[in-house]
Amino acid sequence: MNFDFSDDQKQLRDQARKFLTEKCSPKAVRIVLDGKAPYDKALWKGLAEMGFLGVAIPEEFGGAGAGHLELCVIAEEMGRANAPVPFSSTVYLAAEALLIAGSDAQKKKWLPAIASGEAIGTLALFEGKGNPSPKNVKLTAANGVLNGVKKPVADGAIADFAVVAARTGSSGRENDISLFVVDLKGAGVEVKSLTNLDPTRGQAEISFKDCKAEPLGAAGDGWSILTQVLDRAAVLCAFEQVGGADRALEMGRDYALDRIAFGRQIGSFQAIKHMLADMYVSATLARSNSYYGAWALSTNAAELPEAAAAARISATQAFQHCAKNNIQVHGGMGFTWEFDCHMYYRRANATALGLGSLTYWEDQLIDRMRKKNAA
Amino acid sequence: MNFDDTPQEAEFRATARAWIGANAPKQYEDELRKSSLGRTQLKNANILEVAKAWQKKKADAGWACLHWPKEYGGRGASPIERVIWQQEEGPFGKLSHMFIIGHGMCGPTMMAFAREEHKRAYLPPLASGEKVWCQLFSEPAGGSDVAGLRTRAEKDGDDWVINGQKIWTSGAHYSDYGILLTRTDPTVPKHKGLTMFFLDMKSPGVEVRPIKQASGASDFNEVYFTNVRIPDHQRLGEVGDGWNVSLTTLMNERMSIGAGVSTGFPELFEYCSSLMLDDGPAIEDRAVRAKLANWAVKASGLRYTSMRAISALSKGERPGPENSIGKLVAGSMIQDVATYALDLQGAAGVVSGPEDAEVAGRFQAMLLRAPGTRVEGGTDEIMRNIIAERVLGLPGDIRVDKDLPFNKIPTKGRG
Repeated sequence: MNFDFSDDQKQLRDQARKFLTEKCSPKAVRIVLDGKAPYDKALWKGLAEMGFLGVAIPEEFGGAGAGHLELCVIAEEMGRANAPVPFSSTVYLAAEALLIAGSDAQKKKWLPAIASGEAIGTLALFEGKGNPSPKNVKLTAANGVLNGVKKPVADGAIADFAVVAARTGSSGRENDISLFVVDLKGAGVEVKSLTNLDPTRGQAEISFKDCKAEPLGAAGDGWSILTQVLDRAAVLCAFEQVGGADRALEMGRDYALDRIAFGRQIGSFQAIKHMLADMYVSATLARSNSYYGAWALSTNAAELPEAAAAARISATQAFQHCAKNNIQVHGGMGFTWEFDCHMYYRRANATALGLGSLTYWEDQLIDRMRKKNAA
Repeated sequence: MNFDDTPQEAEFRATARAWIGANAPKQYEDELRKSSLGRTQLKNANILEVAKAWQKKKADAGWACLHWPKEYGGRGASPIERVIWQQEEGPFGKLSHMFIIGHGMCGPTMMAFAREEHKRAYLPPLASGEKVWCQLFSEPAGGSDVAGLRTRAEKDGDDWVINGQKIWTSGAHYSDYGILLTRTDPTVPKHKGLTMFFLDMKSPGVEVRPIKQASGASDFNEVYFTNVRIPDHQRLGEVGDGWNVSLTTLMNERMSIGAGVSTGFPELFEYCSSLMLDDGPAIEDRAVRAKLANWAVKASGLRYTSMRAISALSKGERPGPENSIGKLVAGSMIQDVATYALDLQGAAGVVSGPEDAEVAGRFQAMLLRAPGTRVEGGTDEIMRNIIAERVLGLPGDIRVDKDLPFNKIPTKGRG
């Protein structure tokens, strides 16, 4: 049994960490946080040059063709650095959707552009309140054009293209939904930025008016493709959350060692020690669940749906838990704009919602466990 | 990343599986599978006898204490082979419960500190289950603060004379031998005046009194020592070095109790899968599903955490500190799970008799036994201290009694 990353994969992690420590310091993140840039363009270019954007994209489509375990270790580092780039929308959602359902021509058009950093992609699924569900998709597709409004769309304001979920039927079943690829620079697209919890990752409202769109996958297969995309993204996102949770725990630990109150290190008080120990516990549970998700993702195992839901829940909880208690360990200073704690708090809570909230994934997990038991 | 055995591991697994298939007491398999925390007896047999018979059978065929050297009754197997054995032994592994202290703590301590002739004499019957051992550390005045113990050992010729009282001694009522931590010098700071021995539990002056637990059962005991004589050659480690010797034991305790901890989740999931609530199946109720999902990811998180440790063993590496979370997570979780199972039963949850209660009262038994899991082998609070100090590198607690001679440490809180 080898339920661990290989030495090569660990080396890749070290390489990514070194790169991000250098190119993505908290100071760099703050440029986007303070609204001075929509994302870190130089970092995005650097990630492309390192081969990180296309690490799981096959070589024939301009990627490194390494695989999803490699992508997991990079995702962890992106989360740890709180990188202000559209990595998750482009790489976990848009690229995965293309890899699963794209035609050869679509893959040739978009995947090399993703790997080289020239194209930013995203998934346009949500239309206001509510979790992923076919009945929440109101935007229509007919005669090759889309009409409707999507919000929030992660990185929608900077994206070059989007995979859009649209209604093509009215039977009340999953096969009413089809997917489309839309060039967001074309006609019939209106984009508005939305103020959101985590300014280091933008959100947008996108209106489509008689907008030309190309089908992605067969008509009526949209929901089944989306479910796969969300599962795969859930695992990758879990690694970002694990990285973020670890960093928040580390920040709390370091502050507890440095800060003196009542004549001693605050990390010597059990109230603080136990809080940090509990953060370690949730971070460890999340990491182990995510490793299982990584195994299922990389082998395309039948266990993937269940593993993805478990990784998603566990990692969401851990990042939220570590980020909020990191602020608590820091006391008043943790609640200032100047300290970095709130960046992780914002990211943790925004990431908790992006692919559907905990309520959705808890429901999914139990459904999937029941299916497995019934089988 | 994979879950596959190496060819050697696969071969070992096949051999173990074949032997277990041919030799395990299958008539108890179903009952053992269904047993859970607080409900571990067999209906028509004495579980201690069944356990001893299975252990002896394993020992005769070379399957007891696999990781111990052959000359001490083991198999000289690698750590990963021991894990594979446990996986294959499955529900029959629950029969090892009465040997956990002896095999997991007393044995390793003897191996590290006893004289060679004692090791050869005492370890093989310990491995085979013919002799059962207990661990005599905790005292009324020293639980989490083990080094605060007061049982005295005084030198008299070639013997030591023991007077005092131990408590929470698991299995003392059926044990043949024990390892005993005593105070040999009360005039030096508490950690420096301790000495470890092993002794025959049938020695004159040893009196075992079972403790009736809050659950109503009796797994633990008080043990009284009145002028008990122990020969000096049964001393483990140097005089005054008992604290360091005990650390070997306690480290092994946390390893062995932490392995394969039960969370109550499989039991609860099974229960909710068939339970009908007023307005439909429990498993289709939103609130029930949310609770289940939260426990499911804790249970799976623990399972994959131990898989990571096993992978390290498989590669011949030392597992990381991750496994230290097992007991802390599982202990409070099984208590919460049992509480929730009863909540789902409404007023009927109060009925606990196996004949009248829901699912034979398994969750009621679990609830009543659960508080003990958060105390034994290191309380939740001690486990959090260990994680904070040894894993995260936070400072140790400030110990106001650290440099005081033991006999100058206050003994009363108020008045």
